Amino acid sequence: MPITFSKDEIFKLLSEIPDPEIPVINIIELGILREVKFIDDECVVVITPTYTGCPAMKVIEDDIKIKLKEIGIEKVKVELVLTPAWTTDWISDEAKEKLRAYGIAPPDHSSVDKKVLLGKARDLKCPLCGSKRTEMISQFGSTACKALYRCLDCKEPFDYFKCL
Amino acid sequence: MTLQEAKFEYLLRLGDSSLIIGHRLSEWCGHGPILEEDIALINIALDFVGNATSLLEYAGKVEGKGRNEDDLAFMRGEREYRNLLITEQPNGDYANTIARQFLFDAHMFFLYEELKNSKDETIAAIAVKSHKEITYHLRHTSQWMLRLGDGTAESHTRLQNAVNELWMFTSELFDMDEVDAILIKEGIVPDLTKVKAAWEKQVNEVFAEATLTVPETKFKQKGSKEGKHSEHLGFLLAEMQYVHRSFPDAKW
Ligand SMILES: [Zn+2]
Repeated sequence: MPITFSKDEIFKLLSEIPDPEIPVINIIELGILREVKFIDDECVVVITPTYTGCPAMKVIEDDIKIKLKEIGIEKVKVELVLTPAWTTDWISDEAKEKLRAYGIAPPDHSSVDKKVLLGKARDLKCPLCGSKRTEMISQFGSTACKALYRCLDCKEPFDYFKCL
Repeated sequence: MTLQEAKFEYLLRLGDSSLIIGHRLSEWCGHGPILEEDIALINIALDFVGNATSLLEYAGKVEGKGRNEDDLAFMRGEREYRNLLITEQPNGDYANTIARQFLFDAHMFFLYEELKNSKDETIAAIAVKSHKEITYHLRHTSQWMLRLGDGTAESHTRLQNAVNELWMFTSELFDMDEVDAILIKEGIVPDLTKVKAAWEKQVNEVFAEATLTVPETKFKQKGSKEGKHSEHLGFLLAEMQYVHRSFPDAKW
């Protein structure tokens, strides 16, 4: 059976899928969903991982298949691509605001370069009280994409979405 | 040796090294010296296993015999494994793990920097992706080298001992053979002479700042390119492969 939906409609539908680890933003806002293609009666959905070992990818693949099945599309292929490599620059400004409201400090606009080898920690705004007096506890946080910080004013620990 | 065979072999070398060091790091899960380190090592382990998945999946495609990444990871014995010997060395204490990880991370950082320019599109894509992650790994292990090396007398001694023990495995990082020669000619992989120079510079800088001495060990242990491993790999594989081999068709 041919697919009667438009690509825009599929995108809109898939925007209902939240990131499994950060449920306040969806897979489009996060930049994981790259493309939707129709090949005959098959719907091909192209996604890219944030980190290569991101365990959320399998969950996202299943969520996509379930969503499309709900509207009657049975033949679905989810393709994983590595190029172009995902970058935090793809996270929309609106989504960054959602991250902040959720308690995760959003990534800066810069991408990693050799300078990070020097380990210079930068001023990060506490997502809870807005103070810039914060310090890094660990480069590695609750998931591969986050680092752990704490606020020296309100004393709360918080996640920082690492630049990549 | 054909280009296809050389490429398959090279992908196994890269993929196996990532898989084995990733598995070693995962052994720290629940045993880290502090909570943050426990989390950090497991995050890094995950990156390595992810990188290995991409490489072994591609290796299976290049080979063209219908093997996927799971077949390659779980159904090969130790003599078929091509990981660098340093990656299979036991975790030991925290100084051992940090020393092993730092020496390997620095190697991977400069190697993957070159692989980003590979004329093989898939290898280049994997390298671009992984290099971003390795940058974080190397920063992390470099900082621990400084903390332990330039820390207390006890931490310094332990780290220096760890470095001394591991040093004989470092020359193998830069060995090249027919596989490399074929792929270098095609612009698919870099000449490791360049990688070695960058690695030595980085290691020397971090060692100097961490007040560590570069070991004078002349003995060079090698063998991974021919599948000749230390006694540790068999035990590691037995644990890693047990479930898959017991229930080969299990679906999760
Ligand atoms: Zn605060």
